Amino acid sequence: MKFGVIVFPGSNCDQDVHYALGSVLGQHVDYLWHGDTSVSGYDCLILPGGFSYGDYLRAGAIARFAPIMPAVIDFARSGGLVLGICNGFQILLEAGLLPGAMMRNACLQFRCQWTYLKVENNATPFTNRFREGQVIRIPIAHGEGNYYADAATLAQLEANRQVVLRYCTPGGEVIPAANPNGSVGNIAGIINREGNVLGMMPHPERCAEGILGGTDGRELFASIVDCWQRGERLGA
Amino acid sequence: MEPEIYRQMGLTDEEFDRIKEILGREPNYVEVGMFAVMWSEHCGYKSSRPVLKLFPTKAPWVLQGPGENAGIVDIGDGQAVVFKIESHNHPSAIEPFQGAATGVGGIVRDIFAMGARPIAVLDSLRFGPLDDPRTRYLMGGVVGGIAFYGNCLGLPTVGGEVYFEPSYAGNPLVNAMAVGLIEQKNIRRGTAAGVGNAVMLIGARTGRDGIHGATFASEELSEASEERRPSVQVGDPFREKLLIEACLEIINEDLVIGMQDMGAAGITSSSCEMAARAGTGMEIDIALVPRREEGMTPYEVMLSESQERMLLVPKKGAEERIRAICRRWGLEAVIIGRVTGDGLMRIMENGRVVAEVPARALTDQCPVYERERRRPAYLDEVRQRDLRRLPQPEDYGQVLLGLLAAPNLASKEWVYRQYDYMVRTDTVAGPGGDAAILRVKGTSKGLALTVDGNGRYCYLDPERGGAIAVAEAARNLACVGARPLAITDCLNFGNPEKPEVAWQFYQAVMGMSRACEVLQTPVTGGNVSFYNETESGAIYPTPVVGMVGLLPDIEKRCGMGFRREGDLLIMVGETYPEIGGSEYLATFHGLVAGEPPALDLEREKAVQALVREAIAAGLVTAAHDCAEGGLAVALAESALAGGLGAEVELASDLRPDYLLFSESQSRILLAVAPEAGDRVLDLAREKGLPVTVIGRCGGHSLAVRINGRTLFNLSLEEMGKQWRESIPVLMAR
Repeated sequence: MKFGVIVFPGSNCDQDVHYALGSVLGQHVDYLWHGDTSVSGYDCLILPGGFSYGDYLRAGAIARFAPIMPAVIDFARSGGLVLGICNGFQILLEAGLLPGAMMRNACLQFRCQWTYLKVENNATPFTNRFREGQVIRIPIAHGEGNYYADAATLAQLEANRQVVLRYCTPGGEVIPAANPNGSVGNIAGIINREGNVLGMMPHPERCAEGILGGTDGRELFASIVDCWQRGERLGA
Repeated sequence: MEPEIYRQMGLTDEEFDRIKEILGREPNYVEVGMFAVMWSEHCGYKSSRPVLKLFPTKAPWVLQGPGENAGIVDIGDGQAVVFKIESHNHPSAIEPFQGAATGVGGIVRDIFAMGARPIAVLDSLRFGPLDDPRTRYLMGGVVGGIAFYGNCLGLPTVGGEVYFEPSYAGNPLVNAMAVGLIEQKNIRRGTAAGVGNAVMLIGARTGRDGIHGATFASEELSEASEERRPSVQVGDPFREKLLIEACLEIINEDLVIGMQDMGAAGITSSSCEMAARAGTGMEIDIALVPRREEGMTPYEVMLSESQERMLLVPKKGAEERIRAICRRWGLEAVIIGRVTGDGLMRIMENGRVVAEVPARALTDQCPVYERERRRPAYLDEVRQRDLRRLPQPEDYGQVLLGLLAAPNLASKEWVYRQYDYMVRTDTVAGPGGDAAILRVKGTSKGLALTVDGNGRYCYLDPERGGAIAVAEAARNLACVGARPLAITDCLNFGNPEKPEVAWQFYQAVMGMSRACEVLQTPVTGGNVSFYNETESGAIYPTPVVGMVGLLPDIEKRCGMGFRREGDLLIMVGETYPEIGGSEYLATFHGLVAGEPPALDLEREKAVQALVREAIAAGLVTAAHDCAEGGLAVALAESALAGGLGAEVELASDLRPDYLLFSESQSRILLAVAPEAGDRVLDLAREKGLPVTVIGRCGGHSLAVRINGRTLFNLSLEEMGKQWRESIPVLMAR
């Protein structure tokens, strides 16, 4: 399986994702340059965290215009696996591959901390190694992770089980006190209707080894590999 | 030239005469500007240079000592660590967000200028009391600025310290330390060798921001300082991120001879320092410098402190390749001049010479002042205060809760949760512990990092306070299991033209030097920040020590949190009746007085060696430095960090408050498995160190008895609430 990590100017988790996939999981992984226009030959694309183009305007707002994005969009529309982490999630929203928008954290500050997440849907290429309802632990680090979608969109997301991860307490309660950024419905990660594009604010690459304090991130990446090896077609 | 002109730039009449003597003529306006910034205290170290010579700077593992962009230490396997600390106090006092942000940007550039990949940032901050709204504004801005810049760069801010004290109210301290990792073969120095080689400027365009920032840093703060706001630069961390990647590619392809950051004094300092180091000269045409705005004069171009720019001297024939790399990263790269053999800085505008001065006149010939030193009169008053008659507390539990809520001791999570301390996935122990630990990918090694200083101790005794800053930093590294390698220091003081300040400075450097000698941690560089004064007086003398240590095997590391029920608590070292300068004395008796705790450096060294040895042997489950707040606070911190309580039984004839809150040095609290207890005690006795079993880990509260009498029994919840909520509540006011 071949992973491609897209490097935008200002991406800063690209090397971390590369390390987790390449050195920890032993997968084939390459960097893909934002200025290129092809993603052919890859089985999964990862849009990593960081501050693409400085995010001085609105997180991800400039990156969606990068030369590589039309190829990413085509890849996604034809069923290719795409994972957007943090800034990558923001870019997927701006590019219209996922519904909704990101606002500044409700506390108006950057937040770096471990969070507990409830796996709301494990029937995805990204979460199949978890049990449904399982509580996992993955860190966040962002200033704009306050996910918003209007009521109609939310209802659709819920109806189609597109909400994959929600912030929760260690015991799995989805309550405001467990929400680090004010996101609607404690949403931490959503998937597209077709089930091949996941956006999530938490950073799985930061917990792929025990020495970093947890391995739930490794399980998330391993889910992708499992899914691909089983040759499953995607989808809900 | 009218004296008002050069005086306004910060030069004295004598200095101006000296310039005339060097040049053999009257300098022109541009030249005076160049001399003024290079001979400013900030760039020229004119009051500190003779004193800084006292520092030990050599050890077999020190690859680069003071005088370069940053220091370098060998960590084996052909790798090295590059690190340096720097202040951005004055800019942060008037524009906290950008002042702190560009402080981070500047120190990070010093790291990759040497060819190293920046891997971490630490910061040491000092403010006035938090009940002052101005302090809250400053702290919010400073922390926000550090977060803005460091987070965007993708550099984890892994550690630091924050203190609150009235003496910093008008003049906060913002010291940032950056750390980088390098393959030794890639080390580059800031040198402009090779006559005929090109001089290139890469990165941001040059604007009018920050002109005379270095001069501003070399004067006291006053009401008029608000007008200096335009002297504060504006940071663009996105551009710096691109600059890092481009420069590291350039280094990896072996395309440059030397590289230097453009920080204080911009093109002037970077060019003349590179030339002076190589013994060469430079010819620069400022018309070639890409501008951000029109109509800039040669003077403005030479003195601009626009951020995110680097000056480099490429290898012959590498210019095109460098341009291509920069283009790929969206950066401009322009040849602005050549290296010459005549030792002169020749500045031209469209071929017309606008300034011509010897490079070394700007650097090496900077005047040096042996400042008059006088022991300050306040010392007798504060030192000789009789502390034996202080009333003893009635409720020790309340005292401990109060100390845990004191902003100097309370949890700093409000600060560090705004910093991305995990990016780069090397952070094995982040903020909040004795020292941060980073792994070195592809090896079994770990790096341990800390910054430490105690202005209060230095105020009461700068010599001892300086020594303690070094000792405590090394002790913090020992607590995680690391061997200290070297330090970088940021020396924050008042106006050195005042004999009392010059005395404090000299004494502090003496104390630090002594500790560095004994603990074998040479000084590899740093920064001196003088003129930290407002109308209400000078700050406490505040040397801040940034220290780097090595863990040969990262699996053999230790944290401060209690981990296992039933583990024995062992105190290494001894408690003396030393509450002078303590947090207890300040918080409960409202006094900053007495003598700071004594420091026996040989004892200190032995305690640290013991703890390292015990950790390496796998005998220790937790280790924590007993520092500010004393034994009681150390116990509470370890209990809270591990979520596990303890029962402690002390036997002593000291006053209970002295026993619990004295800040005696060279003490480390250990938790060890019961079966390992005897081995640790034996190891300590072999080294002739006092060591006492004081209790056991367990339960959900911290209970302390002295001579059989229970002094307090506090639940983790009660203590945690005070400790965690104190700063967030104060900041929300």
